[in-house]
Amino acid sequence: MLNYLLHRLATILPTLFFVSVLIFGLQQLLPGDPAMILAGEERDPTVIAHLHQKLHLDEPLPIRYLYWAGGVLKGDLGESVRIQKPVLELIVEKLPVTLELALLAIVIALTIGITAGIVSAVAKDSAWDYAANVFALWGLSTPNFWLGIMLILLFSVTLGWLPASGYVSPFEDLKANLAAMIMPAFVLGNAIAAVLMRHTRSAMLQVLSADYVRTARAKGLDERVVVLKHALRNALTPVITLGALEFGTLLSGAVLTEQVFTIPGFGKLIVDAVFNRDYAVVQGVVLCTATAYITLNLLADMAYFLVNPRLRDTHA
Amino acid sequence: MTTAAATIAATIPREISPGRRALGRLARRRGAMIALAVVVFFVILALLAPGIAPYDPLATSWSAVRKAPTGAHWFGTDEIGRDVLSRVVWGTRASLLAGVVSVSISLMFGVPIGLLAGYVGGWVDALISRMTDAMLACPFLILAIALAAFLGPSLTNAMIAIGISATPIFVRLTRAQVLQVKVEDYVEAARAVGNSQLRIALRHVLPNIVPPLIVQATLAIAAAIIAEAALSFLGLGQQPPAPSWGSMLNTAKNYIDNAPWMAVWPGVSIFLLVLSFNLLGDGLRDAFDPRQR
Repeated sequence: MLNYLLHRLATILPTLFFVSVLIFGLQQLLPGDPAMILAGEERDPTVIAHLHQKLHLDEPLPIRYLYWAGGVLKGDLGESVRIQKPVLELIVEKLPVTLELALLAIVIALTIGITAGIVSAVAKDSAWDYAANVFALWGLSTPNFWLGIMLILLFSVTLGWLPASGYVSPFEDLKANLAAMIMPAFVLGNAIAAVLMRHTRSAMLQVLSADYVRTARAKGLDERVVVLKHALRNALTPVITLGALEFGTLLSGAVLTEQVFTIPGFGKLIVDAVFNRDYAVVQGVVLCTATAYITLNLLADMAYFLVNPRLRDTHA
Repeated sequence: MTTAAATIAATIPREISPGRRALGRLARRRGAMIALAVVVFFVILALLAPGIAPYDPLATSWSAVRKAPTGAHWFGTDEIGRDVLSRVVWGTRASLLAGVVSVSISLMFGVPIGLLAGYVGGWVDALISRMTDAMLACPFLILAIALAAFLGPSLTNAMIAIGISATPIFVRLTRAQVLQVKVEDYVEAARAVGNSQLRIALRHVLPNIVPPLIVQATLAIAAAIIAEAALSFLGLGQQPPAPSWGSMLNTAKNYIDNAPWMAVWPGVSIFLLVLSFNLLGDGLRDAFDPRQR
């Protein structure tokens, strides 16, 4: 286990280094003097001089990178020029909202995706299988911001059942919170459900033709027990691991979903930062998502390693 | 040619190229063929937009603000009286252009870099692979938003941002395919007869990794169309008043309670075009799959 962990960490460290270079490099795309642009529309010479000094803009590029990376390692992601707050503080402030949205979306995606995948595999080539595949294609092809608008049209404008936008903290009013979050969570979960359905179907089809499933059937076990206890348990491991890779889709989707439903989360933070030319916030958000993605992948790999005895034996 | 030779030639079946066989298999897939027809329909719409669109997509009319669909305006009008159908037709150009140009950028950079990593191996491969991992660690749309933000909002910059963000997928795919192909007997044979490394890579390896690249490119066009619409929706792609499906949806969401038709058609168009590219990509993958032979 320790060997495997060390091996994975050895590949992650250079990746994290390149992520930091990539994100630092974004700033170099700005045309002209970055301090002029970062100073905002007023372009106060004092602010520009301060930024020059703070960002070490008079130093060579590699030295500037070292200063920046050193700050990042100490938790200093810079300061928002618009809100005048440390970027890390802003991200920590917005994160719980996005996490709640993401959590609800995952619950919806797992429920729909895995159920549809099982039904599709068990009833292969039937109308159910066909319907599940159509659902997957629909989920993969529908832009989630459009789906959000259409759901607002149906459930808020036409039926008046759910609020069209806004956010209420679950600690203030849980019912109002769920009413505001159910539509965005469904919109976000829809595309991931489609991917999970495809993974589950393919894993279930493989497992259902395995010898131990044939043996379970030959023993005369009830088909439901065979499918849910013997097949699904083994099919779910790769599905969950592959599902972890959908974290990127989840965050990208959250940017758009939060925009459609006016939810003050992580996604809205980056979009507002883009329009306010608050580049430190943009860099901070990208850095945090990339680090979270790498960490989550590592955790998924470790989980897969722990539940897969064959892999454990290879690296023992 | 003697009669005997002609008879023998006639009895030996002509060798059909693998590419032709794959196209034959694709042609037998009804879903993929319908998808292809839809893609061709949108391409024609984009090319002939000036002739097909009933009105100027930028022409405003204060007497026709937010009018529901009628015989004069089949898809209705928007918040400043522009014809929605005409804007949807012209918007096809931005979407298709973004899909094709972005994926071309990804292919232009991704394939040579992947070829280099897979063929040369060693520290070059390790370096390229870690850089690819770093780019893949940044969620596709978030990276595209960040790039578009730093480059500045415009359709061209959105296409560049999407193209760069999708490049690592092609690097990884090309590298994986090269690793498989470079140990094949015919590559060994090409090496044995004294071909240069560059010639082997370009003449013997590259042509044999094209099918998976075509499949991935088709699916990537679908993703790029959604990404362009998303960036335009956020205000980072096509700039108003130029028509684009994403920016039309951005405006439409503000009028959803009294002009829902503004939101329906741009969304349906994105869905149909993306679905068609996805179906076509799936069809091509099956058609190129050797197990289907």
